[in-house]
Amino acid sequence: MSHKAQSAPDSGPALVTAQPVAAHGRNDRRNPGMALAPEMFEGHAVNRSAAERRAETIVKRRSVKKESQAAWLINAIRCMDLTTLAGDDTAGRVHRLCAKARRPLAPHLAEALGIAGMGLTVGAVCVYPTMVAHAVAALEGTSIPVASVATGFPAGLMPLKLRLEEIGYAVGEGAHEIDIVITREHVLTRDWSALYDEVAAMREACGHAHLKAILATGDLETLRNVYAASMVAMQAGADFIKTSTGKEGVNATLPVSLIMVRALRDYGLETGHKVGFKPAGGMKTAKDALAWQILMKEELGNDWLTPKLFRFGASSMLADIERQLEHHVTGRYSAGHRHALA
Amino acid sequence: MSSIAELVETMDYGPAPESPQIVNDWLAGHANGFGHFIDGGFTEPGETFEVISPATGATIARVTQGSAADVDAAVRAARSAQGKWAALSGHERARWLYALARRIQQHTRFLAVLETIDNGKPIREARDIDVPLVARHFYHHAGWAELVETAFRDAKPVGVCGQIIPWNFPLLMLAWKIAPALAAGNTVVLKPAEYTPLTALAFAAICEEIGLPRGVVNIVTGDGATGEAIVGHEDIDKIAFTGSTEVGRLIRRATAGTGKALTLELGGKSPFVVFADADLDAAVEGVVDAIWFNQGQVCCAGARILVAEAVADRFGALLRERMTRLRVGDPLDKSTDVGAIVHPVQLARIRELVAKGVAEGAELYQGTAPDGCFYPPTLATGVEPASTLATEEIFGPVATLTTFRTPKDAIALANNTRYGLAASVWSENVNLSLSIASQIKAGVVWINCTNVFDAGAGFGGYRESGFGREGGREGMWAYLAVPGPKPARSDDAPPSIPPAPGLGGAVVGIDRTAKLYIGGKQKRPDGGYSYPVTHSRGAALGLAGHGNRKDIRDAVEAAHSASGWGAATGHNRAQVLYYVAENLAARAEEFASRIKSFGASSAKANQEVEAAVRRCFWYAAQADKFDGAVHQTKSAHVTLAMHEPLGVIGIACPTPFPLLGFVSLVLPAIAMGNRVVAIPSQTHPLAATDLYQVFDTSDVPGGVVNIVTGERDDLARTLADHDGVDGLWYFGSKAGIAMVEQRSAGNLKQSWCENGGARDWSKSEGQGRVFLHRATQVKNIWVPYGE
Repeated sequence: MSHKAQSAPDSGPALVTAQPVAAHGRNDRRNPGMALAPEMFEGHAVNRSAAERRAETIVKRRSVKKESQAAWLINAIRCMDLTTLAGDDTAGRVHRLCAKARRPLAPHLAEALGIAGMGLTVGAVCVYPTMVAHAVAALEGTSIPVASVATGFPAGLMPLKLRLEEIGYAVGEGAHEIDIVITREHVLTRDWSALYDEVAAMREACGHAHLKAILATGDLETLRNVYAASMVAMQAGADFIKTSTGKEGVNATLPVSLIMVRALRDYGLETGHKVGFKPAGGMKTAKDALAWQILMKEELGNDWLTPKLFRFGASSMLADIERQLEHHVTGRYSAGHRHALA
Repeated sequence: MSSIAELVETMDYGPAPESPQIVNDWLAGHANGFGHFIDGGFTEPGETFEVISPATGATIARVTQGSAADVDAAVRAARSAQGKWAALSGHERARWLYALARRIQQHTRFLAVLETIDNGKPIREARDIDVPLVARHFYHHAGWAELVETAFRDAKPVGVCGQIIPWNFPLLMLAWKIAPALAAGNTVVLKPAEYTPLTALAFAAICEEIGLPRGVVNIVTGDGATGEAIVGHEDIDKIAFTGSTEVGRLIRRATAGTGKALTLELGGKSPFVVFADADLDAAVEGVVDAIWFNQGQVCCAGARILVAEAVADRFGALLRERMTRLRVGDPLDKSTDVGAIVHPVQLARIRELVAKGVAEGAELYQGTAPDGCFYPPTLATGVEPASTLATEEIFGPVATLTTFRTPKDAIALANNTRYGLAASVWSENVNLSLSIASQIKAGVVWINCTNVFDAGAGFGGYRESGFGREGGREGMWAYLAVPGPKPARSDDAPPSIPPAPGLGGAVVGIDRTAKLYIGGKQKRPDGGYSYPVTHSRGAALGLAGHGNRKDIRDAVEAAHSASGWGAATGHNRAQVLYYVAENLAARAEEFASRIKSFGASSAKANQEVEAAVRRCFWYAAQADKFDGAVHQTKSAHVTLAMHEPLGVIGIACPTPFPLLGFVSLVLPAIAMGNRVVAIPSQTHPLAATDLYQVFDTSDVPGGVVNIVTGERDDLARTLADHDGVDGLWYFGSKAGIAMVEQRSAGNLKQSWCENGGARDWSKSEGQGRVFLHRATQVKNIWVPYGE
């Protein structure tokens, strides 16, 4: 594959350059996007069998134990978009979630783990647009950003005008991050310019809020589609690419994640911009938390183990992590009811 | 230990050690040394040598150096057990193999940890790859034991098998040897490598634990001298060896003329071909699995990376980046990718070869490795086809990277090797990848994957990578024998044929010149000599060309040029063979009178011609039917076992049955797509030379059948020595058999030798599938699928 970057403001040979850090969990050198460049993804080969083989073995090639495991699980909390996206969400429910986001670990555990001074919180709280105001209020005084899904989540089949207005609404309510969904039809029919224009318009509507593009990879089915959609979303200026809404038949999987992180690596090599990655849906265990972090470290390196560039979209994973951390502290297996509900 | 808060910042993996405690305790319990496992029990330790753990350099055990007497005791035990073991029903043997498979699974972690400590391979590989494959191999062959009586009708076990295995996959190679041997009803004497004998001894303990009938499995430890004692033992029926091509050659020579069956799984320098349309990230991971698996100490390691020039820069960059993430070190750490080199001697060999490569101009890109018996992952560029690093098997974590321009170029580079074990092809284009797979000369071709193994598929090489297969149906044939003809009463050593005038009487009729037949043309013998052909009672019949080594050279040349024959469809070849039958039948009278002229009765002569015509029909029928299989291996994989011709086969025909002997050997060979250089019956070559006109009129392409008359053993010697001959069938004298087997060691061509007088070619033993098996080799092509 050989192609030229159409806009490469700080292009260098490698991905990694030091960047100033500002607000909590934000990548402040945002991906500005570039003109649509189909040559960066059309004809790009993705071999599913090989991807599955890599995904299967990558987690068997690395093992994280004892103190390191505790540290990795704490990092997973740091990178977690603690999420509630249910039809029965209420202000009260969101308050409870935000309380957990502020203090994801019981103080005695944080103490025992020697991280009491770290001010550990989750990476963000992720809710529906009408719940943003409740979340913002509940998180006042913290630097935890509020993420809102938008654009007719989860199917996205609303008129574009309304979807853009929804983004404006969520930003107006105080959301710092917008998790948009793409129109899957554009990928399935290979209408790349329609997809590009849509995401670019959404990015513009986000303003200062960061845009996470949900590809709904379960609907796209093939890994070639996933690679192409990832690339178009990044070219259109996505700050993050995200696997799933959590509502598709198949949500975050390691093979799909592998192809998305390779796409964002390739985008970075071409443009010099770092884009974040967010797997979402279906990850429930501490073991999953380790697996995805191993994937990020092996394929991209440590930069993608911080909330600026990596988030887990998960709701029940935290509970399992807490139990594992308590086990680490006490040496006894823990039980779920001992930990505060999210 | 850093604090958790610090670790959150560094996000290092930290140590993840696998505990060696249980294995260490077991080893401590054998601190006095291990004996051999003979006749169902362990012997007292004898003269012992040290076994070291390469990762630490520590001595972990002492094992007994097997003496000739030890080997003899083991062979005697195996011999006395063999009859009973073979007499068990397949089902009963299946239960024993099943028990072995079960126990291996029950002791899985013990075996993995022991293997890692003894060999230096990463625990991940021993745990996730080696040991599961070992169990799978025994399960699979429990199945073959159950089915052998019906699936391989008429076949019998070979008898007592001597098996010598290497140090790179100690337990897995043991499984590949013992499981099929036992399933088929053989008993074994196995010698593990001197560097890595411990899992074989643990396996022996498992045999003891399940109460396997004594003498069925015997394990003798020791070095090369012990191996020599096995190879040289008179009462062993078959030698199976996995190891270096160099030692394989010695074994071929040592067993020549002894009547021992032999299979060899030898070295390789396998190509890893990446086309421009490949998933390059996938191919990079493939390289990791190809050459940095097991420290590159893999006979089928994809050591020669060939990449399309169009994507070479990007591929190289991705590969170098990937190399930075390889972790080299403690094999017992669960996050280690590359462990210890098996022994300091091997490390020194790797260093020496790489230094030589650098002196020849290679540039190295290397990862890092700790001090001790470790070697960093290495990528060598600037390596030309003639360089040491491109031709020598390094058996270490060293890959070369070379570019190619076109598919044709890729094939030429891929096949530019003496070896032919395996190959890996990366392309998203199914036409391209299958076309490359069909053209690469290797026993295993992996498309978009590499180093994938399963007991259900055959593994083994072409060319100097050896012969015989392990795994699958084809692997079972390595431990079965179709009973051949009864031993001949006399040796097929024809009288000498002085190529001088004045020895025969006058010829009746017009004098005919039987020339040689090379490349579809009649050729005078290079030497310009002829020899007399006589009636059995001495009357002169005419002269035949006295071919010499240059005629053989020309014939082999012509055979090579006719390579299109192998690519023709089975149907096309069948048509030609039917046509041969048609023309032969049309001239039946002429051939019968020719045979009569040698002294046969009229009835016998007619029978021989009639049988020859039938044989043409039978092999014509087989030409498009003796096909391969699709093996049941892994999910979402098509594993194709294709029957391919050997290439150029030399055939030295027996003295009796001058027409039928020739036809019965040449036809199966060409039906399967081989080209042959045949030496007809030395005494009565004229029946074969009469066939020129039949071949000419039957559309047999020039060069497919070449005939050189003359002194059989002299010409066979030239064929045996010839590195461009892929197989040699010799039906002749005892001395000739020894000579052919001895000299075939040069390029390790497959030889098939028999007393020329043993087979009655007019009977059913003169034709059959066994001839077709001999005429083909199995190539396994792995094609994973999924989108």
